[in-house]
Amino acid sequence: MLRTLFAKPRLRGGVHAEERKSATESSPVITSFPLPKKLYIPLQQHVGKPAEPMIKVGDTVLKGQLLAYSQGMISAPVHAPSSGLIIDVNDYPAPHPSALPIRTIVLETDGKDEWINIVQVDDPFALAPEEISFRVGAAGIVGLGGATFPTAVKLNMGRENQVQTLIINGAECEPYLTCDDRLMQERAAAIIDGVRIMLHGMGTASAVVAVEDNKSHAYSAMYTAALPYPQIEVIQIPTRYPMGWDRQLIRYVTGKEIPVGARSSELGVTIHNVGTAYAVHKAIRYGQPLVNRIVTVSGGAVALPMNVEVPLGTIINELFSFCQVNMDKTARIIMGGPMMGDPLPHSALPVVKGTSGVLALTKDELRDKQEQPCIRCASCITVCPAGLRPLDMANNIRINQLDTAVDLGLKDCISCGCCSYICPSNIPLVQYFKYATGEVMARQQAQHKSEQTKKLIETRNARIDKIARLQAEEERERLAAKAERERRLAAEAAEAEQEVS
Amino acid sequence: MIIYAKATTKLRSGAHIGTKTSVSSIMGKVMLAIAPATVFGLYCFGWSAIFLFIVTLVSALFFEACCLKLAGRPIKATLFDGSALLTAWLLAMTLPPFAPWWVGVVGSGFAIILGKQVYGGLGQNLFNPAMLARVALLISFPIELTTWANVSPLFFPSSPDIMESWRITFSSIVPDGMTGATTLGFIKTEFSQNRLLPDILKEYSSISNFFGWTRGSLGETSTLLLAGGGVWLMQQKIITWHIPVALLATVFLLSSGFHLADSGHYVSPFLHLNSGAMFLVAFFIATDYVTSPNTPTGQLVFGVGCGLLIFVIRTWGAYPEGAAFAVLLMNAATPLIDYYIKPRIYGRDRHGKPLEISK
Ligand code: SF4
Ligand code: SF4
Repeated sequence: MLRTLFAKPRLRGGVHAEERKSATESSPVITSFPLPKKLYIPLQQHVGKPAEPMIKVGDTVLKGQLLAYSQGMISAPVHAPSSGLIIDVNDYPAPHPSALPIRTIVLETDGKDEWINIVQVDDPFALAPEEISFRVGAAGIVGLGGATFPTAVKLNMGRENQVQTLIINGAECEPYLTCDDRLMQERAAAIIDGVRIMLHGMGTASAVVAVEDNKSHAYSAMYTAALPYPQIEVIQIPTRYPMGWDRQLIRYVTGKEIPVGARSSELGVTIHNVGTAYAVHKAIRYGQPLVNRIVTVSGGAVALPMNVEVPLGTIINELFSFCQVNMDKTARIIMGGPMMGDPLPHSALPVVKGTSGVLALTKDELRDKQEQPCIRCASCITVCPAGLRPLDMANNIRINQLDTAVDLGLKDCISCGCCSYICPSNIPLVQYFKYATGEVMARQQAQHKSEQTKKLIETRNARIDKIARLQAEEERERLAAKAERERRLAAEAAEAEQEVS
Repeated sequence: MIIYAKATTKLRSGAHIGTKTSVSSIMGKVMLAIAPATVFGLYCFGWSAIFLFIVTLVSALFFEACCLKLAGRPIKATLFDGSALLTAWLLAMTLPPFAPWWVGVVGSGFAIILGKQVYGGLGQNLFNPAMLARVALLISFPIELTTWANVSPLFFPSSPDIMESWRITFSSIVPDGMTGATTLGFIKTEFSQNRLLPDILKEYSSISNFFGWTRGSLGETSTLLLAGGGVWLMQQKIITWHIPVALLATVFLLSSGFHLADSGHYVSPFLHLNSGAMFLVAFFIATDYVTSPNTPTGQLVFGVGCGLLIFVIRTWGAYPEGAAFAVLLMNAATPLIDYYIKPRIYGRDRHGKPLEISK
């Protein structure tokens, strides 16, 4: 594929965060994680509607068996990560800052890890494109870079929009995380196979695999694996957070800027993560649904940092025991990377499809200093990849001018964390923005609700009015009829009188 | 053993990690950058300059501490963020070296109390506190603020000794023949006597101006050292090139144009750039974060504006050293510049409308 030099726009914003990847980037993925006794499988591990359970407590299930089916247009099913007994379907804390309980299936494993009957496909390219996305959807695959958008929906949109370019995101720009890096180094051929299957599923001609230039081993592995396939190009991209933001990557690779409110497929581009391509390969070739994933466990409190392949639903406690996390040194637990990841209140929460990493960070690694006044240094403006002015937004949020903050572009903020990272005054800018976004949403909901109530009242009033009107009309008619009757009677009486006289 | 870990810190959103750069490290670097020119200035003007410098800095810290106490804010954390110290330092750099001690105290008071704290403290002020104080002093005490000392380096036989210097600073007893006008001031006075430039400038040496061996305020005289510090600040990414380059280029181009047209009445660009705090202003004062625009384009506009105003005030105005006024005027324009010049949001046009979809 030919990309003219001048069409390649400059990168906008971003930071060079300390990478801290060395602890895990050069050792192989550990696949010998002991099977947990219990797995906690939340029914919503994706963007969209939660899946609906189709098993009940007491059922025995096999590995890969469908536990809950997807509901609605945007949703994904959930499968059993191992064989065993369903012992509960109930609300359990989700891996989220508030550990809000969500519906979760609890599976007691029987230790056999016995697969359900699965169908292998020898030639995926003989399948119809629609069949590919159908099977990807049935396998419960979602964007594994952390966005967890159902992959099948994206494949369908790509096909319907006749997308010309598929970009495979191997940027992995978050510090600490190396699960994609290791995956590319160790399973490049499988990823490339997945990419080819996706191309087939979307009817797209060519793909670009983009790898940040700090991952030279991953790059060469992918490059070699893609050599036989001229339709797949593997390129190196500059190491600069947030290179893995899909819109940044799309702009870097294709020169296209996705308008606010549009989807990339409308501009002829679709982007998927390398982990997703790998999952597609396994689902289509081997019929295996998404039941496990590679997780980076790292951070200063981890004695044995590593990448480890674990069944979905594994409780982080067990992961931490395996990696010998020092509880006393742990100051913060983060799911995902340190720039965008969510802080978790504790480690008794399950690994889900979007869990690319779990970090146990010490106090020294964190930046948790006293907030100081903004000195208007404008660093936050310089680094914002979305072209926002974080300091102005934060100033308005501080004085509760949320509407002004929205006007300044609050809704275009991608929470990438660059501004918080760079701010010399330790101002937790993203914290402000998340708070404000939540508040604005709550207000809108409240307004929506009051409008609904208003409407209800109006209909009710209208109904009462109508009844009253009808009654009044009836009454009028009755009176009119009565008057008429009396008039007639009077007339008849008069007539009679005349006749008498 | 099963490990159950708990977060011991507040569950704040990301980024969970951050740069090592802090407010005090930025202030510290600016002070480091300006230190050579300061040391040179202190050396050139001797003990009186040193006394004045110390008085100005100490009183600034005192005023800052008082304000913080009155406002009920934590004193220790804020006092040593370096901002008050830097403000006073910059102010001291613009004072005449033989000015009496109370000029430093009053100046610091203006800068810290009226220039910064009444607005709500660091980051809230509209005007550059050091320049505000400088202008207020100039208007209130024109004599003291325009009495410029001759170069009288430390330990030179002809320079005042420490006792004499003490009397200069604390009793305002300046020995005869120790003061004169700055180059720009001198030219201005001579113009009024209808002398022409080539004639006036017989006594002027641009080389000594370049190195700072000339009359002027305490720390503004050495163009070379100031420029060196400024370039280092750029290299350290504390400031960007936009404001200094725009400012200096504007002054250079304007003065070149006028000088070429009429070299009898318009000072040469080199003299312009070399005198009257030009580099101090360009690198250290106009670049103040709080009071300058926060986008690169805005900063260019700001720099050009400053340059233009400096030239106009110097050439046609009453004050030969017009930089402070120029900066204050542009400070006032900064909110406006920031309102009109802002970055384009991703996926939107300049007016905030979503881009068109084009395949
Ligand atoms: S978190 Fe939002 S405001 Fe901050 S840099 Fe990222 S996009 Fe910009
Ligand atoms: S980075 Fe922080 S201190 Fe600098 S302008 Fe932004 S909010 Fe203010």
